[in-house]
Amino acid sequence: MMIEARGLVRTFKTKRGRGTNLVHAVQGVDLDVADGEIVGFLGPNGAGKTTTMRMLATLIKPTAGTATVAGCDLAEDPVGVRRRIGYVAQSGSTLPEAIAGDEVVAHARLYGVPKATAIARGQKLFDELDLPGMWRRQSKTLSGGQRRRLDIVMGLIHDPKLIFMDEPTTGLDPQARANLWEHIRGLRERGATIFLTTHYLDEADALCDRILVIDHGRIVASGTPEELKQQVSGDAVKLTLADASQVETVSKIASSLPGATEAETDSNTVTFRIPQGGSVLPGLLRSIDLQGIELAGVEVHRPTLDDVFLTMTGRSLRDDTDTPPAAETETDTEKEAVTV
Amino acid sequence: MTVLRETWIVFHRQMTLSLRNPTWSILMLSQPLLYLFLFGPLLKPITGQIAQGNDVNAYQVFIPGLIVQLGMFGAMFVGFALIAEYRAGVIEADRVTPASRIALLAGRVLRDVIVLVVQSLILIALSYPMGLRAPIGGVLLALVIVALLGATFASLSYSVALITKSEDALAPLLNGIAMPLLLLSGILLPMSLGPTWLERLSDISPLKHIVEGVRALFRGDISSSTSMWGLFWVLLLTVIGLWSGARTFRKESA
Repeated sequence: MMIEARGLVRTFKTKRGRGTNLVHAVQGVDLDVADGEIVGFLGPNGAGKTTTMRMLATLIKPTAGTATVAGCDLAEDPVGVRRRIGYVAQSGSTLPEAIAGDEVVAHARLYGVPKATAIARGQKLFDELDLPGMWRRQSKTLSGGQRRRLDIVMGLIHDPKLIFMDEPTTGLDPQARANLWEHIRGLRERGATIFLTTHYLDEADALCDRILVIDHGRIVASGTPEELKQQVSGDAVKLTLADASQVETVSKIASSLPGATEAETDSNTVTFRIPQGGSVLPGLLRSIDLQGIELAGVEVHRPTLDDVFLTMTGRSLRDDTDTPPAAETETDTEKEAVTV
Repeated sequence: MTVLRETWIVFHRQMTLSLRNPTWSILMLSQPLLYLFLFGPLLKPITGQIAQGNDVNAYQVFIPGLIVQLGMFGAMFVGFALIAEYRAGVIEADRVTPASRIALLAGRVLRDVIVLVVQSLILIALSYPMGLRAPIGGVLLALVIVALLGATFASLSYSVALITKSEDALAPLLNGIAMPLLLLSGILLPMSLGPTWLERLSDISPLKHIVEGVRALFRGDISSSTSMWGLFWVLLLTVIGLWSGARTFRKESA
């Protein structure tokens, strides 16, 4: 196991006026990550993703719980953990005025990598991560995607077995994101284990071997993207009718199908969920046709991770307006951490 | 030793960054000159009052005050640079390496101390032709005091910066401390020029004793109790400053 965590808890004290509030950012997280996996930590802002990752990366101490990270005990041997992991933070890792190559070399040397090795390895990583000619550039002159890749070079410079990435593609345009995904897959091929947080469903879906869904500081689901989607009760089928008055009849036919759930009607459409939507469709269309009802359209949607998230938590991951109170915790974490 | 090697790496990074910034280098070198040329001449007419029976000239009183002020104010505001580094994610990137937390602080403090010593040297060198008389031994010891004072205030500044993580909190805090310290230190003019109550009040400031100590060193009274007290106070401050800085840098969540 690359990561084995049991009962991780992190509670922050925040000051509100005169009183102190306890924020339970992480409330008993168990997780296992095997060697060579890409595991995604999926959850809305404030769910406890970053806090959990910062605990595993030795940046904050757990209030309770134990963990072994890259073979070292988190509490007993944090320096051992640090030697073996790479950490790509959300906030970047280089000073805007600094020369990219200088930052990389200084960072490598803090890991005990000799200067010449650091330069050779850093320049190789610049080539691999598509940063040609950027070695002597100030990091502020790099584009958003390039700077993110520079952060990844910083995290990889000591050749770690395990790489933590906190929201690696946030703020990047779609092309830069897809490009970065390729690089992350490439890291796994070189034998690294990757643990990343994301609040993008497509990212978790496209990139991760396994996903852990976290909400309000607890893991609410885990599995491969396919396994998680299967937990949602089937595909979504949407029938659009030519004649709105026949909606009820069609809804009855659909509901009578074995395994059909969540049948709903809307002016001229009928929607429902059913396992194996593709295979029940021909029979369904025939029965509707026999009734002399004309269809204007048929759609079948495979469940998405958003459906998974909705099923697990009762909330949509995309719904940013529905911010839970816990959303403050991650910003508070940064600010208040010192006072705890 | 690993800690020393890591301190050197952090120092080297910081120094490279500073030297790459031409504005910073020019400011660093010109600040002492501004004091020397724009404030020094004001003291000439009152040399007699300042000397108070000692066989000294204005520069022997003024330059020690200036270099102590450099040590204090030059180092006091370094925390702002740390907040910028924190914002850029550099502090977190440093903290995730196995490097000693002490080295992360010490490397930065060392850069600040070197800068202060260079500034002081420039100031002292330029003052000799203007009339400064001071024995080399005393000057060297005074430079040690400035270095320690700089280490103290830099370390405290980083520590407070890391705790507040906000320029808005740091600025009023530092100014609030700096003003009374400056006024009660006798840096610009000896406190003995003022009324007794003010002089007694200034006795509680370690800075005043340090300034008096450096003035004694510049007069050549190296083994006098005044210079010994100055040395004592600066050492005490250094221990407190470095200890609290190290404590903040070591604290898990800093």
